[in-house]
Amino acid sequence: MLTTGFALAFFYAPVDADQGIIQKIFYVHVPLAIVALCGFVAGGIFGAMHLRTRDARWDMRSYVVIHLSIVLAVGVLITGSIWARASWGQWFVWDEPMLVVFLIVFLLYATYQPLRFSIEDREKQARYASVFAVTAGAFVPLCFGAVRMAENLTHPQAATMTTSGPASVTTTFLVSLVGMGLLFVTLCKYEMASKNATAKLRSLRRRLAGDDDFVSTAGRSAAPQL
Amino acid sequence: MRRTVAAVLGKEFALEWRTRESIPAMVLFAVTTYVVFHFGLNRNTIDGDLAAGVLWVTLLFAAILGINRLFVAEHEQGGFDGFLLAPVDRTALFVAKALALFGYLCVVELVAVPAFALLLLGPSLGQALPGLAIVLLAANAGIAVVGTLVAALAIQTRARDLMVPLLALPLLVPVVLGASQASAPLFDQGGAAALPGDWLTLLALYDLLFALIAYAVFDFLLED
Repeated sequence: MLTTGFALAFFYAPVDADQGIIQKIFYVHVPLAIVALCGFVAGGIFGAMHLRTRDARWDMRSYVVIHLSIVLAVGVLITGSIWARASWGQWFVWDEPMLVVFLIVFLLYATYQPLRFSIEDREKQARYASVFAVTAGAFVPLCFGAVRMAENLTHPQAATMTTSGPASVTTTFLVSLVGMGLLFVTLCKYEMASKNATAKLRSLRRRLAGDDDFVSTAGRSAAPQL
Repeated sequence: MRRTVAAVLGKEFALEWRTRESIPAMVLFAVTTYVVFHFGLNRNTIDGDLAAGVLWVTLLFAAILGINRLFVAEHEQGGFDGFLLAPVDRTALFVAKALALFGYLCVVELVAVPAFALLLLGPSLGQALPGLAIVLLAANAGIAVVGTLVAALAIQTRARDLMVPLLALPLLVPVVLGASQASAPLFDQGGAAALPGDWLTLLALYDLLFALIAYAVFDFLLED
């Protein structure tokens, strides 16, 4: 039953997100951006939960959410620059704070993986990654708040477009936003499930082989392990 | 808490005074960077936006050098263990280190800013100095707080020298933005204009927010 629900969300969400691509990449770009930013903030919250509870599962959640948000952020930058090329005639516009801030946030989160990789001890790795997630998670709303303060109006605002546009635009946008959110949640669940399965498999194998001569077959990975 | 901070801070400055490890390197780096900018930009004097940008990029990169060295002695000589064994608040270490970095930055700027005026700046520094001092202090506070946090985060990693700039530069972009916007009018060709208040507010807000975050999360970086 749960699998059916996941599969439905998985196949349903991209369709919704795709609806608008015929008219505009806007229906992909903006939900992607919003979901990615929410993902970063959620990663920070999960990181804080990990620091409070010392539960490895929170670290896993934080890792998965940030990991997927980075992937989405790449999508945002690509779709955004395609859009910018089409509407402003340039791949990247520096006097557009929204773009610049997003790039900064992306560059910041791009160091998340190297940070994890460069700490050997698992427990310490999890703690440091959580500290990073909290700091960076707070940095995201701060930055975007600062941008809102010093607003430059060339960037089409999601809010103004949804309120002033015709009803069809609003619905499609909302549907694609929800679809993108569902897609994100589904992907998260998938990755968590796969991580859990890998962990179980590993512990079973370890039990089969006896604790002494167990050699990890997994590749080098900085992902948290349960 | 206050006594611990004072003790650690005193140790920090004594160490720096005897080894002269960070500050001379930072000063030298800043001055060299001015020379590089002179050739890179191919200009003899600069003013306005450009001057503010050159000054802040240079100071930021010099600060990165200091951030890199900040916890090295603790890491190599086991100072972390000693500190953890002592019955004191862990936040004291953060406060002391941030204050030490703040102090280093101030000392570096005492040399680097006059050198900037001497080597590159077109308009005279005289009337701009009070305003610039305020901007410098606000930006130093931000750099010190974020830098200490990043240094503590990066010290345990294998690629420490690599992680510090990668982490610190994006986090410090708002500081550079606020500081260079706030100091740009000070370097105007026609004489220093008034200090823009909104950018200073941004800097102050940033300082405050990151001080709170660092205060909240720093303890977790210290347990082993």
